Amino acid sequence: MSEITLEIDGREVKAKEGMTILEAAQSAGIFIPTLCHHEKLEPYGACRICTVEIESRGRTNLVAACLYPVEQNLVVRTRSKRVDKVRKVLLELMLAHAPEAGELQDLAKEYRADKARFEKESSFCILCGLCVRYCAEVKKKNAIGFVDRGVRREVAFIPEIASKECWNCKECFPLCPTEALQAAFLLTKALMSPSLACDTESEE
Amino acid sequence: MPKINSPAELEKLRKGIVSKRDPNKSGIAVCTGTGCLALGADKVVAALKEEIKKHGLEDKVDIKETGCPGFCERGTVVVIYPEEICYLQVQPEDAGEVISQTILAKKVIDRLLYVDPTTSEKAVRESEIPFYKNQMRLIIGNNIKLDPKSIDDYLALGGYSALAKVLSQMTPEQVLAEVKKSNLRGRGGGGFPTGRKWEECRNAPDEIRYVIVNADEGDPGAFMDRALLEGNPHSVLEGLIIGAYAIGSHEGYIYVRQEYPLAIENVIIAIKQAEEYGFLGKNILGSGFDFTVKVHRGAGAFVSGESSALMTAIEGRVGEPRPKYIHTAVKGVRDRPSCLNNVETWANVPLIINKGADWFARIGTEGSKGTKIFSLVGKVNNTGLVEVPMGITLRDVIYKVGGGIPGGKKFKAVQTGGPSGGCIPEEQLDMPVDFDELTKAGSMMGSGGMIVMDEDTCMVDIARYFLNFLSDESCGKCVPCREGIRQMLKVLSNITKGKGKKGDIELLEELAEVTRDASLCALGRTAANPVMSTIRYFRDEYEAHIKEKKCPAYVCKELISYYIDPDKCKACMICLRQCPAGAIVGDKNQIHVIVQEKCIKCKTCFEVCPPRFNAVRRISGEPVPPPIPEEARIIARKSKEK
Repeated sequence: MSEITLEIDGREVKAKEGMTILEAAQSAGIFIPTLCHHEKLEPYGACRICTVEIESRGRTNLVAACLYPVEQNLVVRTRSKRVDKVRKVLLELMLAHAPEAGELQDLAKEYRADKARFEKESSFCILCGLCVRYCAEVKKKNAIGFVDRGVRREVAFIPEIASKECWNCKECFPLCPTEALQAAFLLTKALMSPSLACDTESEE
Repeated sequence: MPKINSPAELEKLRKGIVSKRDPNKSGIAVCTGTGCLALGADKVVAALKEEIKKHGLEDKVDIKETGCPGFCERGTVVVIYPEEICYLQVQPEDAGEVISQTILAKKVIDRLLYVDPTTSEKAVRESEIPFYKNQMRLIIGNNIKLDPKSIDDYLALGGYSALAKVLSQMTPEQVLAEVKKSNLRGRGGGGFPTGRKWEECRNAPDEIRYVIVNADEGDPGAFMDRALLEGNPHSVLEGLIIGAYAIGSHEGYIYVRQEYPLAIENVIIAIKQAEEYGFLGKNILGSGFDFTVKVHRGAGAFVSGESSALMTAIEGRVGEPRPKYIHTAVKGVRDRPSCLNNVETWANVPLIINKGADWFARIGTEGSKGTKIFSLVGKVNNTGLVEVPMGITLRDVIYKVGGGIPGGKKFKAVQTGGPSGGCIPEEQLDMPVDFDELTKAGSMMGSGGMIVMDEDTCMVDIARYFLNFLSDESCGKCVPCREGIRQMLKVLSNITKGKGKKGDIELLEELAEVTRDASLCALGRTAANPVMSTIRYFRDEYEAHIKEKKCPAYVCKELISYYIDPDKCKACMICLRQCPAGAIVGDKNQIHVIVQEKCIKCKTCFEVCPPRFNAVRRISGEPVPPPIPEEARIIARKSKEK
């Protein structure tokens, strides 16, 4: 693999071909915030909090650092007026769902995000998918998944699988950036009353 | 069917088919596209067949069930050959007359002809009807001439000659060069140069490449691709095979949404016929080139029309866009190079090969070549499918082709590009139809939806409608799209309900910017267009809603009231009887009054009040006058004779 030189926040950074901007920044000790990223999981690109500004072939663009592959002579700015604005609004949008989440609050301070800007949506979940993806990619059990789409998208345990697999695992709980107990609650709900948690219950 | 092994054999077959067809023989073409079918075209066909049988004309008259010619407003559309007489709004009861008068007595039935609403002139032939006269129907024009279930019909019109030419006379590089030279751009929405996409796919280092037809048409009100796939599936298939040859692909997919059963049926039949003739399969036309194609049915998600989501769906997974910064032309289905083009794009390819890139590039504008099919719908006299040359002005499309706005109403805006597009106001109507011009105006070409709106349309409500659609149809994966749309929709709903606040417009603009800048796929990146373009051109309407609690178009129910003017009401009882909510009190000789608390704002009273009284008023942005006291409501009638 050939070596690539790029510039992040004015610093020259060496990276290997195929690396993402996030990986290159991390290897150089430059911090880019993430919420849906996990080193054991495939990049997902959903929370967009890792949005950075790049200059490539004469054009400025906003991209997700967790996905964008490094290029020779790429110029990256991890902070800029545009980047900060995007992160601020994204945080405010997520805080409407999980106003008490520690990770979000820390970031909110940094980007001056107002957690009360949008009306509360008491889902406690920002749909980062860490639990879903960890269960699928690492544990290969698929005991938890996404239900529905658009603004109705949510996370739910699949009772038939969860009742067999989840008792001795629960490894997804600590991954949750908002409310670890939320996962426990959903799991309990799924196991107590499977018909409520999942309308497509099979007839087994 | 015999397999055709060379271009020469194809020409021989074609001559055989044509020679068996007598151009002077009477023929009846009935549109059996989805629109006309919904209007009862199948019953018209049955009635015509019955009449033909009754007169013993089975050998003398051909009846053909064809694809959609576009004039859906006036279905069922029937064309009589060889005279090319065009009958509109044909009913099964008309069948007897069509056979006895037009087929046998060679007389034109006046009442079935098109009548120009302004000049009252009648048009006998399709080509004389203004709706058609101002179009350039290169792609969709053949629909009425062929039975989509008959490959012989397609061959009789010169079908598969472009494929034969490509396979026998051109190298894949030459085909690619020709398409590049034509400057054809993708008809699905983005307008990416087709030749460049093909080249990128062709040059991607892999053994296996896929070519794909995107027939997941999902924009509200758009049905161009359905009409093409239903009406002329072989033209799409021929384009696809030519593309596969140029790109070096041996496997293709046609991704059709499940909601298009007739398109699925016709394209499956077309594939089977093409396989039997040897236009698909091994060693096509003896050239050594192999290509097969499968139909994949979509499962009803708008977002699956996005290229990477569509490819994920083909792999059998949930159709969500993939977050990679790499073109699907390089890594698409199963990480193989995959070239996805829209139905209409593929259908342009045989034309470019047959007539040449130079010919094609002469049509249109500098940056947009050829024709574009639009589904012209909404508040316009002639709704239907129209195919026009690029560069035509929006005004000509709406007024010359579309026949203007019905009911003497004033034009307000035209929405192009579907939910991701924008609204274009009156002062921009002389803008040419062109990918770049439409984008500059804050809208986009999109796949070809064109919704005309008149003065009775509320632009805030339109933005709310599209955001509501997108809030259902976003996959919900990334935060800016899911949450940005959720919050924009909330703000818009509040404004239409009279709960708008100072700063709402600025909030919408901020949310729109973040949704555009940070979303994962094109759905999110364009989702704010309906909001942005309506704020840009109709900011005063937003302000009227927010500041004056007024809906200038009288659409937003929470902001309007109906009121009966006591000075004008003649106590005729019409509105009182028709009010579905029982909200009008009064009697004969007693002025009617609307009980505001009961009123559901259905507009019935406003519509039924006789114009000579014109007593019902719409009120918005100001208080409703208090009802007059009961004792003042009695009307002392003068003598009735007067």
